Amino acid sequence: MHPAISVIFFTVLSGAGYGFMAVLGLGVAMPEGPLAAFVISGIAGVLAVAGLLASTFHLGHPERALLAFSQWRTSWLSREGVLAVVTLVLFAIYVFIWMATGERYFFLGLLITIAATATVFATSMIYAQLKTVPHWHMRQTPLCYLLFAAASGVLLAAGLAPDGMIFTMPGSLLAMMELLIAWAVKVLWWQNAKKTTLAASGSTVETATGLGEIGKVRLLESPHSGESYLTKEMVHVIGRKHADKLRMIALVLGCVIPVLICLAVFLANTGSMWLLLAFGFLIAGLFAERWLFFAEAKHTVSLYY
Amino acid sequence: MTALPQSTKTKLGLVIDLDICVGCHACVVNCKEWNTSGYGAPLADSDPYGVEPIGAWLNRVHTFEVQPDHAPASIVHFPKSCLHCETAPCVTVCPTGASYKRSEDGIVLVDEDMCIGCGLCAWACPYGAREMDPAEKVMKKCTLCVDRIYNENIPEIDRTPACVRTCPANARHFGDFSDPESEVSVMVKERGGIDLMPEQGTNPVNKYLMPRPKTNPEMELDENFSLADLAKENTASAGGFLGWVDRALDRLG
Repeated sequence: MHPAISVIFFTVLSGAGYGFMAVLGLGVAMPEGPLAAFVISGIAGVLAVAGLLASTFHLGHPERALLAFSQWRTSWLSREGVLAVVTLVLFAIYVFIWMATGERYFFLGLLITIAATATVFATSMIYAQLKTVPHWHMRQTPLCYLLFAAASGVLLAAGLAPDGMIFTMPGSLLAMMELLIAWAVKVLWWQNAKKTTLAASGSTVETATGLGEIGKVRLLESPHSGESYLTKEMVHVIGRKHADKLRMIALVLGCVIPVLICLAVFLANTGSMWLLLAFGFLIAGLFAERWLFFAEAKHTVSLYY
Repeated sequence: MTALPQSTKTKLGLVIDLDICVGCHACVVNCKEWNTSGYGAPLADSDPYGVEPIGAWLNRVHTFEVQPDHAPASIVHFPKSCLHCETAPCVTVCPTGASYKRSEDGIVLVDEDMCIGCGLCAWACPYGAREMDPAEKVMKKCTLCVDRIYNENIPEIDRTPACVRTCPANARHFGDFSDPESEVSVMVKERGGIDLMPEQGTNPVNKYLMPRPKTNPEMELDENFSLADLAKENTASAGGFLGWVDRALDRLG
């Protein structure tokens, strides 16, 4: 599949934004005062909104985007849109009360945590629902999205929390554990993705053409001499060339470096601000991971080419 | 609404006979011709006369080579357009309600004024039946020539999809699959029409008829037989004076 930059930005950034909102909703202690509340919730909001805005660059007619909130009964993309906005509205109310009174409503926070989690789940289901792309149509796909959103959120929260504490645990330790779990599941996903090929899902050029009952099928002549929307969008092959290198880049930037920073902060028991640098590395690593998520995925349409 | 109808009153679709298609691409061209001036926005091309022409087409013909285990390979021309699936995955993923399946005849259509051009429906379709228009930035797909088949302003003989009407070999047939007596239903029953990628669970309405088996008699060949020998000069039948000369010269070695 064609790895569109706008969609990579959307999934990574809004994942981080909603992940951070989910952590804030749990009531993790943050620096006191309305300004701090404004800046901290601003970070969550900007990440989420930047991601959502990026996704509209992918659209042919962004001016009609409001229509996308209408089909939540059947469409995961529509559900994602609705949940994203509902979460943002709830979060805005939460932040308003937080700034005005210093109070953080427990039940409203909990609702935000649930809604933000549901938003990230809906994002992942846009891809995981597609039977046409066996790589994505796996149970671990939503899990990867949720764990990366959580890792981003916890890392940000740990970097911003006073004394770097998340409840009674050192944030650096919690973030490190989260990172290791998330990447472990992702490595498992990569292993499974290798086995979850089109052929393993039962689709071959023989079933795609129905000619399998006669013999072995291969394309003799493409229907068009140049490119088409289909070949550009769904028979994309350029991104796969450097897959192994990109996997290493994703693991080093997104896992090894942030984990080492977490470990250093935990052992030194100080300097939790450095976790924000770790967050930056994680996001860079996730861009590489998401690029591969798209570039390596094979669509059934490729069987016709 | 992007929910699929429970059932449709009729089930309009195509039968494509792979035994007959000669791969002339006339259906492809006539589809483009009709649909660029009919339903919805024109089917655009970008850089049409340039180095990298690209455009939206609703029907395309692939050509495959099929290699049986114990017979020579054969060539099969394979036209492909929207199959108007009963459980169309492209419809339910649409976030805006632009994609829908009509409850009256089962045709899958796009309301172009509601399409935001997100492209998710094209990702959901296993067959590559949907293409984004490069100029209009909305999703285009086969309409089963909905603006022809019910069109009382054109002669009755033309009230069939453009691809079917134009096919010089009669490889494409249009009809109602909900009627077991219809021409298309009978054809599918008699020839064992098949679904493409049944494992995707899309229940396509369009059916494909496979090429009829090739005659392939077990040829009993003489081990020493050589086709090249047939072409060699042969003077065995020569008679009269020339025959005598021929034999005499042979004897000289």
